[in-house]
Amino acid sequence: MYLRPGLSRGISTDTWFESCVGEEGRKESLSWIGKQRELFFSYFKELVGKEVTVELKNDLAITGILHSVDQYLNIKLENTRVVDEAKYPHMLSVKNCFIRGSVVRYVQLPPDGVDVDILHDATRREARGA
Amino acid sequence: MSLAGPDNFPATSLADNLDKKLLVILRDGRKLVGILRSFDQFANVVLEQAIERIMVGELYCDLPLGLYIIRGENVVLIGELDLEKEELPPHMVRVMPSEIKRAQKAEKDATELKGTMRKRMEFLDFD
Repeated sequence: MYLRPGLSRGISTDTWFESCVGEEGRKESLSWIGKQRELFFSYFKELVGKEVTVELKNDLAITGILHSVDQYLNIKLENTRVVDEAKYPHMLSVKNCFIRGSVVRYVQLPPDGVDVDILHDATRREARGA
Repeated sequence: MSLAGPDNFPATSLADNLDKKLLVILRDGRKLVGILRSFDQFANVVLEQAIERIMVGELYCDLPLGLYIIRGENVVLIGELDLEKEELPPHMVRVMPSEIKRAQKAEKDATELKGTMRKRMEFLDFD
């Protein structure tokens, strides 16, 4: 039950949460998921002010400065530009936007955006229930 | 519920966008433009003077819709529109609703035709 997929394997958060639900009692797993969501929430908070690229489930990819995130991992971007501008002319005049967390497929981070060791440690700590 | 933490972290709340003209992209690809009058934590939103912006190639058309309440689960993105800038690139041509409907149908037919052609050629097993 304490065998969790490691972050270093680069599993998308969704799959990770799902695999957690599958392997244990619902109530317990939900609190675990809640904690993990907190973990990612905290993690994204660290990234505020950095440039990220958010790829949505409809294939639209938007680059911008991360302004804020919330508990649902909704994201607000500033100074946005769309990666494939020719395909999305209606996005030209959008400079700031709010993206609903549920439609995000990937968030591409700056190369120095993730300190894997710290994240790894935090994950293990939370998994132990600390 | 305040989403701003004790560390005074900026929230994703749409409060800053109230009474502004916004572009809302929905999960089915529709693009709505209107004035944000209300919202909640699910991104349910109320748009006043909403229009649907239909774009087909170089053509576009704004269809007036009125007051819209959009259920949050359908929202993909909410963008602030920069009113200083032209909303669309200069080469886009505004046309009548009847014309955009025709263009939409032509586009749909073309995609379908492409689909059926592909299906017929499937035996060729090209990648």
